[in-house]
Amino acid sequence: MRNPYRTQKIAFFVLLVATLLIVIPVGMIVVIIVQKGLPAINWEFLSDIPRKGMRAGGIFPAIVGTIYLVGGAIVFALPIGLLAAIYLSEYSKDNLLTRLIKLAIVNLAGVPSVVYGLFGLALFVVFFKFGASILSGSLTLGIMILPVIVTTSREALESVPSSFREVSLSLGASKWQTIRHIVLPNAIPGILTGTILGLGRAAGETAPILFTVAAFYLPRLPDSIFDQVMALPYHLYVISTQVPNVDEKIRYGTAFVLLALVLFMNLVAIVIRYQFRKKKKW
Amino acid sequence: MVKFDIKDLNIWFGAVHALKRVSMDVRANEILSVIGPSNSGKTTFLRMLNRLNDLNQNFKMSGSVKLDQNEIKTIDPELLRKRVGMVFALPLPLPLSIFDNVAYGVRMHGTKNKKTLEEIVEKSLKEAYLWEEVKDRMDTSAFKLSGGQQQRLCIARTLAVEPEVILFDEPCSGLDPISTAKVEDAMVNLKQKYTIVLVTNNVKQAARVGNRTAFFLGGELIELSATERIFTAPADQRTDGYIRGKFG
Repeated sequence: MRNPYRTQKIAFFVLLVATLLIVIPVGMIVVIIVQKGLPAINWEFLSDIPRKGMRAGGIFPAIVGTIYLVGGAIVFALPIGLLAAIYLSEYSKDNLLTRLIKLAIVNLAGVPSVVYGLFGLALFVVFFKFGASILSGSLTLGIMILPVIVTTSREALESVPSSFREVSLSLGASKWQTIRHIVLPNAIPGILTGTILGLGRAAGETAPILFTVAAFYLPRLPDSIFDQVMALPYHLYVISTQVPNVDEKIRYGTAFVLLALVLFMNLVAIVIRYQFRKKKKW
Repeated sequence: MVKFDIKDLNIWFGAVHALKRVSMDVRANEILSVIGPSNSGKTTFLRMLNRLNDLNQNFKMSGSVKLDQNEIKTIDPELLRKRVGMVFALPLPLPLSIFDNVAYGVRMHGTKNKKTLEEIVEKSLKEAYLWEEVKDRMDTSAFKLSGGQQQRLCIARTLAVEPEVILFDEPCSGLDPISTAKVEDAMVNLKQKYTIVLVTNNVKQAARVGNRTAFFLGGELIELSATERIFTAPADQRTDGYIRGKFG
């Protein structure tokens, strides 16, 4: 016999368990990384170059390299992605070309990251002769995060109520003035969310930088954008699998720094977004 | 004097024939009320006059609409909308301060001087009967105002760009009777300087403020004549039925 009350209880329990199951892996990752990695963190680890075949010393060049790469990717991807999003949401009409562009963006998001690496190698490293360099790596990462930025920015622009646009236009403002003064300021929180997601992804990926920029061992800082650099995710891969007898402390310490770096970038963006949200008034 | 001269106007949205062979005029410095049930085409008619219908991808039209003898299709939409302002059905302040809301249009048309802006904002708010209520809090968000105040703010914002015609699209539909009376006072006062087209669902409002009244039904203009005449001796049976509340 069916008992609706009991069914409801079971459903509630199953839903709760499913939700808790999401929290567990996140919590465990953080706990394990902090527990094993935190003891490695000290000033020397953060500011020194790797020594003794990466079995001692610090990871400073890899930290700097990752910051350069992520920064470069954003400098390249944010303006292009945002401008494309403005075109798609505000100007484009619904026709074959627009649908083709949207399909291309969706597909770009689905390309495996190692394919981006190969693409970057072929186009930037070999064809444009940038060599394995910060420039090649940043461009490759930038292309990888473009779809995230375009998609989230477009959603943010489209979520600005169309009544605001009509009011602005009805007062005789031009379309561009409307976008510049009404639509964009109110879409910034959403655009930042896309940027945050892009940042996190660019900082953590190994495959796209593998062939385009990452140095196995380069214990100095780059002089120009045409230099190779070390990067945290690749360094972590190297000391975990390619170099024997690296202390577990150093490996988890590197993972801890990578995690902290991504979280810190997110935090900055979240604070900026919060400031804008406070001003949002509808 | 004729402000808008409309001849054989047809409007389609995709397959929907929204306005059918409408020919009429709007005279300078009158309040023209437009009444009719929903879906009668009255808002489409209104949005034709400042070309807001153009924003709809499926919009098509035939016929002619002239503003001061110039075909509006040939006027730059930004300039047209500066001359023909609009107040929408719901109070729609922009997410800006009270001052910036009123100054918005003026700024977009290139006025930067702070003193000039302040003068225009004060004058516009006075014309909309809102100045006394907001003069001490110009920097607060427009969303902090009550519904009726927001609607008068929207009127002030429209006045600030110094239009010749103001289109009101059911401006009191969300307001209580007292706020409605204030908005109506503002409208009657504005007639001295501006031509007003008022679309309203409130038949009594049309009777109170309109010089002439047009009745739309199913996309057609059924009748247009002096307000007293429409409300005492309408020529068409359907007009009579509507104002007596028999349908719509």
